[in-house]
Amino acid sequence: MTTLLHFVFSGLVVGGIYALVGLGFTLTYDAMRIINVTQAEFVMLGGMLTAVLFGAGFPLWGAAVIAILITIVVGLLMYRLTIAPAKEDDHVGLIIITFGVAIFIEGLTKVLFGKQMLQFPPFSGRESIPILGINVQPQAIWMLVGALLVFLVLHVFQTRFLSGQAMRATSANPLAANLVGIKTSRIIAMAFGISAAIGAIAGVLMTPITLVRYDIGILLGIKGFAAAMLGGLGNPLGALVGGLLVGLLESLGAGYISSAYKDAFAFIVLIGALTFLPHGLLGKKYVERV
Amino acid sequence: MRLRLNVMLAALAVVAVSAPVSWAQAEIKVGAVLSITGPVAFMGEPQERTLKMDIEKINAEGGVLGQPLNLTIYDDGADASKARTFAQRLIQDDKVSSILGVTLTGPSMALYPIAENAKVPVFTLAGAIQLVEPIKKWMFKIGHTDRQACSVLFQDMKSRGIERVGLISGNDSFGNSMRTQCLGMVDEYGIKIVADERYGPRDSDMTPQLVNIKNAPGLQAVLSPGHGESATILTRNYRQLGFTQPLYQSHGVASHGYVSATGAAAEGVRVPAPAILIADQLPEDNPQRAVALDYAKRYQERFNEPAGFFGAAAADALRLFVAAAEKAGSTDPEKIRAAAEQLGPVVGAAGIYNLTDTDHLGLDTSTFYMSEVHDGKWRLLGPDE
Repeated sequence: MTTLLHFVFSGLVVGGIYALVGLGFTLTYDAMRIINVTQAEFVMLGGMLTAVLFGAGFPLWGAAVIAILITIVVGLLMYRLTIAPAKEDDHVGLIIITFGVAIFIEGLTKVLFGKQMLQFPPFSGRESIPILGINVQPQAIWMLVGALLVFLVLHVFQTRFLSGQAMRATSANPLAANLVGIKTSRIIAMAFGISAAIGAIAGVLMTPITLVRYDIGILLGIKGFAAAMLGGLGNPLGALVGGLLVGLLESLGAGYISSAYKDAFAFIVLIGALTFLPHGLLGKKYVERV
Repeated sequence: MRLRLNVMLAALAVVAVSAPVSWAQAEIKVGAVLSITGPVAFMGEPQERTLKMDIEKINAEGGVLGQPLNLTIYDDGADASKARTFAQRLIQDDKVSSILGVTLTGPSMALYPIAENAKVPVFTLAGAIQLVEPIKKWMFKIGHTDRQACSVLFQDMKSRGIERVGLISGNDSFGNSMRTQCLGMVDEYGIKIVADERYGPRDSDMTPQLVNIKNAPGLQAVLSPGHGESATILTRNYRQLGFTQPLYQSHGVASHGYVSATGAAAEGVRVPAPAILIADQLPEDNPQRAVALDYAKRYQERFNEPAGFFGAAAADALRLFVAAAEKAGSTDPEKIRAAAEQLGPVVGAAGIYNLTDTDHLGLDTSTFYMSEVHDGKWRLLGPDE
């Protein structure tokens, strides 16, 4: 029984990371119908910048806040300088642009902050907390609770606040949203800013557990994408559920079937989802009107 | 007339192109294919720094055979196919007389056929035993093999009465190779593997695998061949799960970086370590002490970081190359290769090498020192500890 609990908790924590990456994908997909490959680099930036600032003598919370703010600026700049000038391009062109930005950010981070892995201490120590008979790192609880909080805040923002509702309107029908007076370009910029913030928060939460290096983005991006696809692209709840499911599958697969094929489980799920559930578990079915 | 003019121009062009080459000062060209970026940047970077630092020193002191060394380094990013391309470039374009370093086993194996074809010696810094067994005429290996690491670790377990061991290895070439070697010699030492788990080199959590190991009946120790940040994460998970058994790791974590990154969780981890890591604790009469301390001091002063095995291996590769070139009295690759096999014992920072035509490793386990993390530092273990 404790074995199962260990597997489940480990899966939920790793899944929380994937869920946050997936949430970021969801926002920009909603806004522009593109996959922003840079999303995972935002996660890396959040972790790296916090580690660098903390190393430079800032208090941990201050380093984290500044890191998140810088990442938001990077997200907004990315939209203004690369996506906005090319927004008439087709989706493939835009996705390739995001690839370019991702590689640029990764390279710049490597040059500025080096190739070593960095880290900072967990928020509330390393002393394990016993929960239901298993030992849990406090940072793992921060990670899980943080992921849920981010999701809730985003949900409230999108349903209760005017600019959040405008975001959903832009997503549903950009032309109509424009006609009723919504500045869609500003909304899309906001989506980039918020997704950068979510990425950076994920980076801050996970780095004490996973450590951070300039090149962690690629694998995280793939897992986060798997999470978003499984749950249904464009649906925040889907990203959350998808992320936790992918994490659970990995840890249960590694624990009960074979740890040699741990990464394969996520990809099998991704292929299965793309083949049999192209809209994901909770995705909306978009109908193309001719 | 027109034709003659063309011929003249062509002749002029040939003279112009070839002239600088004949005027240039004679120098010895050497190369390296290191993994300076990517998942093992922590290995490749000190190797790059060391080669540059030591070659600067050699050139300042008059070079080798009166000629300065000219070093070309390519970064394969831990990618075997890139390593192949770069080896081709080193041999065909840069015309190196030896390759003084390849960081990883995969890239070393991938580029070897090219070096063999061109008859250029390769000094690899990678770990796996396949690099020198069966023996490869043009490849020498620096640093102990994973097989030797297993034998030193199992020896230590045996002396402490440990028989039932849980194994958790990385799913990369290092982990796979060492796992195979360890599994192959368990009977020799009367060790029983009670759990055999794997993890991906980029995993952020190894709790599920460790829980399975913890549940294995009669577990007495855990052995983990790994390196890099996954070793740090694994060690933390290990402590978090409250294991009471000792944790044995491979020489892959024998670095100061591992101890400082892992923090308190690393206390008590036991590894086989090369001299460079515990040089200041070696007895005064140990021949490696002075060599390793000299390198460590220069590295620390220049880069403001403690020296470790990976850089020391590159220093030893260069040391062997220089010794071989001086013995051969030539920069001809074939003569260097032949001379390397007749050097006799060469004392390095990572081992004492005795290369022969039947042994391209030339190391025994006596220069592999069992050490443990104690108060945030590596501590040389005495014979009865």
